[in-house]
Amino acid sequence: MEALIPLLALIVIGFVVGRANERRHYRELAALEAALRDIEVSNDRGTAELGAVASGTLVVGSVVIAEDYFKRIAAALKSLAGGNLRSYETLLERGRREAIVRMKEEARCRGATRIVCVRLETASLSEDFSGRRPMFSAELIAYGTALVPKAQRAA
Amino acid sequence: MELTTLESVPGKTITRHLGLVQGSTVRAKHVGRDILAGLKNIVGGELKSYTALLAESRNEALERMVEQARAAGANAVVNIRFATANIAAGAAEVMAYGTAVVVS
Repeated sequence: MEALIPLLALIVIGFVVGRANERRHYRELAALEAALRDIEVSNDRGTAELGAVASGTLVVGSVVIAEDYFKRIAAALKSLAGGNLRSYETLLERGRREAIVRMKEEARCRGATRIVCVRLETASLSEDFSGRRPMFSAELIAYGTALVPKAQRAA
Repeated sequence: MELTTLESVPGKTITRHLGLVQGSTVRAKHVGRDILAGLKNIVGGELKSYTALLAESRNEALERMVEQARAAGANAVVNIRFATANIAAGAAEVMAYGTAVVVS
């Protein structure tokens, strides 16, 4: 029983701190996304607008996110019953939105108003060959071509 | 060197295709970073040291790709894609690839 105490403590820390962090992150994301709303993002080639474009450059946003012990236990229990693993869904969603926000911030720094040909990728970083299942972490990246309109190039 | 994920360079025309170019790096997390990330894992969320590590690796992979393109006589790389693969505990490969072209 005593052996379980550290694990329980980790789960409680995950529940309290992890959830508070998650709520704060969602609030920050909402604010950043609102501020960056005027930068249009699409995953097509955007050829219609290319005539009015002065230049295009590669922009990348990335983030590495990890689970906490509460999410891990919640997911382990939920996967017994099957269905959506909500604790991982929110984690990956946060990571992906953060990556997109960072990509848009880079585009803004370069004076771009649109990002086209955007690709999203997820890479799991938590494979381990020790046999023991490590904590889950993943890198989420968003990248695309930021288009700078002709009029703004001088600025 | 113009870099883009599009099939062409905005405002320019491709005059020559020089084929596929790629660059990759395999980086290990160093011990200090791993310990900090291990502590951070208790509360979950972003592992900033790994974000920085992989961003550095990606820039290096891009640089190697650009070097290859330059050696082939290109002045732009189009259709750039990234891929990350976890190849061993504590090490990740980051690669960048694209098509080297000459634009004017």
